[in-house]
Amino acid sequence: MRVKLEPRVASSQWMRYGGPVMALAATVIVGAILFAALGKNPANGIYAFFIAPVTTLPGVADLLVKATPLVICAIGLSIGFRGNVWNIGAEGQLIVGAVCGGAMALAFYPDDGWYVLSFMVLAGMAGGMAWAAIPAFLRSRFNVNEILTSLMLTYVAIELWKYMITGPLLDPGGSSFPQSREFPPGTLFGVIFESARTSVLFAVAVILAGWLFMTRALQGFKVDVVGQAIQAAHYAGFSQRRVVWLSFLVAGGAAGLAGLIEITGPIKQLPLKFTPGYGFVAIIVAFVGRLHPVGMTIAALLMALMFLGGDELQFELNLPPAIAGMFQGLLLFFVLASEVLIRFRIRVIRSARRTAPEASQAGAGE
Amino acid sequence: MNEDQIVQLLILMLKGASPLIFAALGELIVEKSGVLNLGVEGMMLMGAVAGFIGASEYGFVVGIFFAMAAGVLMSLLFGVLTLSLVSNQVATGLALTIFGIGLSAFVGIPFESTKLESTIGVIEIPLLADIPLLGPLLFKHDPLLYLSIVLLALVSWFLYRTRGGLILRAVGESHDAAHALGYSVIKIRYIAVAFGGAMAGLGGAYLSLVLTPGWEQDMTAQRGWIALALVVFATWRPMRVLVGAWLFGGLTILNLWAQSQGIGLPQQLLTALPFLATIVVLVLISRDAAMIRLNAPASLGKPFHPTS
Amino acid sequence: MKLSMVFKGAAVAVAVTGLAATAQAEQLKVGFVYVSPIGDAGWTYQHDVGRKEMLKALGGKVSARFIEKVPEGPDSERIIRRLARSGHKLIFTTSFGYGPYTLRVAKKYPNAVFMHATGAKTAKNVGTYLARFYEGRYLTGVVAGKMTKSNNLGYVAAIPIPEVIRGINAFTMGVRSVNPKAQVRVIWTGSWFDPGKERQAAETLIAQGADVITQHTDSPAPVQAAEAKGVYAIGYHSDMSKHGTKAHLTAAVHNWGAYYTKIAKQVMAGTWKSGAYWGGIKDGIITLAPFGAAVPADVRKLVTERQAAIAAGNLHPFQGPVKGQDGKVIVAAGKTMSDHDMHGMNYYVEGIVSKLPKK
Repeated sequence: MRVKLEPRVASSQWMRYGGPVMALAATVIVGAILFAALGKNPANGIYAFFIAPVTTLPGVADLLVKATPLVICAIGLSIGFRGNVWNIGAEGQLIVGAVCGGAMALAFYPDDGWYVLSFMVLAGMAGGMAWAAIPAFLRSRFNVNEILTSLMLTYVAIELWKYMITGPLLDPGGSSFPQSREFPPGTLFGVIFESARTSVLFAVAVILAGWLFMTRALQGFKVDVVGQAIQAAHYAGFSQRRVVWLSFLVAGGAAGLAGLIEITGPIKQLPLKFTPGYGFVAIIVAFVGRLHPVGMTIAALLMALMFLGGDELQFELNLPPAIAGMFQGLLLFFVLASEVLIRFRIRVIRSARRTAPEASQAGAGE
Repeated sequence: MNEDQIVQLLILMLKGASPLIFAALGELIVEKSGVLNLGVEGMMLMGAVAGFIGASEYGFVVGIFFAMAAGVLMSLLFGVLTLSLVSNQVATGLALTIFGIGLSAFVGIPFESTKLESTIGVIEIPLLADIPLLGPLLFKHDPLLYLSIVLLALVSWFLYRTRGGLILRAVGESHDAAHALGYSVIKIRYIAVAFGGAMAGLGGAYLSLVLTPGWEQDMTAQRGWIALALVVFATWRPMRVLVGAWLFGGLTILNLWAQSQGIGLPQQLLTALPFLATIVVLVLISRDAAMIRLNAPASLGKPFHPTS
Repeated sequence: MKLSMVFKGAAVAVAVTGLAATAQAEQLKVGFVYVSPIGDAGWTYQHDVGRKEMLKALGGKVSARFIEKVPEGPDSERIIRRLARSGHKLIFTTSFGYGPYTLRVAKKYPNAVFMHATGAKTAKNVGTYLARFYEGRYLTGVVAGKMTKSNNLGYVAAIPIPEVIRGINAFTMGVRSVNPKAQVRVIWTGSWFDPGKERQAAETLIAQGADVITQHTDSPAPVQAAEAKGVYAIGYHSDMSKHGTKAHLTAAVHNWGAYYTKIAKQVMAGTWKSGAYWGGIKDGIITLAPFGAAVPADVRKLVTERQAAIAAGNLHPFQGPVKGQDGKVIVAAGKTMSDHDMHGMNYYVEGIVSKLPKK
């Protein structure tokens, strides 16, 4: 007797929406078990992690603020993933975008007219795009695996960041503590409520743009075909090289924008450490959201909730905020596992002898 | 600076290279079988924390086993998802890393900032250890460091001189052809992935049991990613992993030494060098199809769909 | 009869709850933000010892809450804000990097008092507090200078802010005052708490011939490294002798308990005023850990004498002549460096081989 995965003829609609929900439920259950196994009250822990952060208005604002860079990055990345272009260097592109945007703010210092922020946004996006152009170039010109190059460049970006804030961008009045000057108030996005700023509107715009691109634009269709059926794409004349460049530049621009938003929103300067791995979590968001703009939005909100939950656990129970990562990883595991049930059906095969009757049974079944 | 000091610094370099050697060897086998497991950092951290817990509670040897077991369990999580459930390897590997960072931080809370009572001790090879200069450099190390060298030799011999290694490489080059020949691609990859997990766990244990020793959150400090880079930098050949590990480990010591001596070396550039060097190597070996075929496992990262 | 008993009981209950409520209302909620784990030795451990001493001294009048391992940077702002929002009227932020965030939150919560350790900027409701650690450093330098045989000393330091540089310089002044040939080498780890890096830095210094290691980082890793390699170590923040029974010579120990108690009392009485506190040996904030067995009697006598001289104001670690690394005179003989100049210290003194990280 063995268990076999049999491809479905059509993907299960039920599982398509039910899958992620089941995955979330499973994550909560496993999380509760882990809490209990380590001697912490599971009910308290789960409540503090999933519910408490959004019970207050500032909490809801924080949720939007944290979800913004995640969803922007994820939508940018999803275009590439659909096209089978694996950019996993979003973290690096985000960081370079932040450095460029921040440098722009400091270049104009102390000037803070409205135009400074516009330049900063452009600089952020340009920085991210430039950093993403490197793996794109290496792939189209030298055939180098973009997974590895984009990943390596992330760690180069981190060192570049450190160099900038201890060197050229070091705050002259900050006693040599590794961070930049604070940005003047005019360079920040306006506040909507609590900690939520107008930068959240960028997220909305990006979500809309992403949805339009994938469902309406011809180029979006081309990306899909290149990603799923490369032979057909060649036949139709869709250029894979163009898809590679497009994917990286869009993802890089999005990541750079996300980085810029982070440092102008809650942070207001270039500190030693400003991202808890948004670029990597954005990849998880893209997958949990199944590469669909609406799905990714929901996934981004969930992941943001988990980040806040980690902070909550730190404040209430003195637990390390890295726990958020534990839940985020678990959620992705369960989502990936549930994916299987969307594309495949589980079949238990009793015995190898009875082949003919089994075939007719399989036909008559579901 | 005299020769004795140079030897001391080289010894530090060797010790710093050991966790990289373990983790990179494991990932090398995994990638040779055609699988890309990006979860090395998470597996190393779980190995470090499990090893520390085991050693604190039950002694050093138990610690090593805990570390390897933790690594294997983590890697099997990856294995089930990517090999049996055919999920995307990149996403799963990243999830494994993020999960491992969080889980190890959680599990290790009661053990942070505690002291390890049982230490590993040092193996001194009689007579040879007394040779001036060369003696302490080559013959007076902890058992795990020697193990890393032995394992390196074993992996090299396995890959290129045994049938098993040939089959593994065949699976990595063309899983369809290997499948057609009757080899169980999935089973071979499971074994490779588990081996990678055990090695990553050992690498983590070296950090928490020998190098520091101790447990702190996130203590691998990107070494998992450096190990991934190292496998590529070494173009998937074990002996080059050794040299690369020395180079990468040596860079850190060079950085520290230059700092203390007042020599102005660009610190961040040196830290970024392993990653930059890896990109250069990638460009060199990918220049044309022939070079790629000679070096990288052709099926790397491609999911395997058995057609029967 | 039963009913009247019930009424009486209820009245007593109400009275007691009322009293308890009033007592609660008067209880001062104090918050502590720590940058590293408390552990069993180090900067944060000493602050926590201070917190516990404050609780002991003031009993039920205060309650204290701490959050550890809060990284400097934007995350800290959230934590400080939550403490303020949840009714903590006195908040201690115990690391330099919390500065800008403490100031930001303080603006939004003018009724709470914020005390920023090692900070440089004050505000109406933000005070800074610092101790003359350099006095303790100088004395440990004297011990190190006397005990070294290789005349090569290693210093594991965290982040190059003036306070840390001042410590390195004071240590070197102490060393050179008894051993003009000795040299100090510094390695920066870039973080207040990173045992792996601290250990590696200490081992690299030892490999280069250092036989006394000291530190300005939060974990006992350098002491452990020294013990493992059979050289001497001088701890910092806490008595770290349990991490190096043979290696540990002494340490400059921080004592915050009395100070925290004093501040809490001031806030409760409403007499607290903002300012920049800078206490030293004579205020009891800095003491020396007991000498290790290896320290001979004559060294102990010398150090104890100098300690008393500092407390009495007759000896100052930065009294002239003080020369920079380039040999130029910074403080002439017969003069003493001013507080203002000590605050802005961003150069190394003579005797340090390494160079400061360039700007």
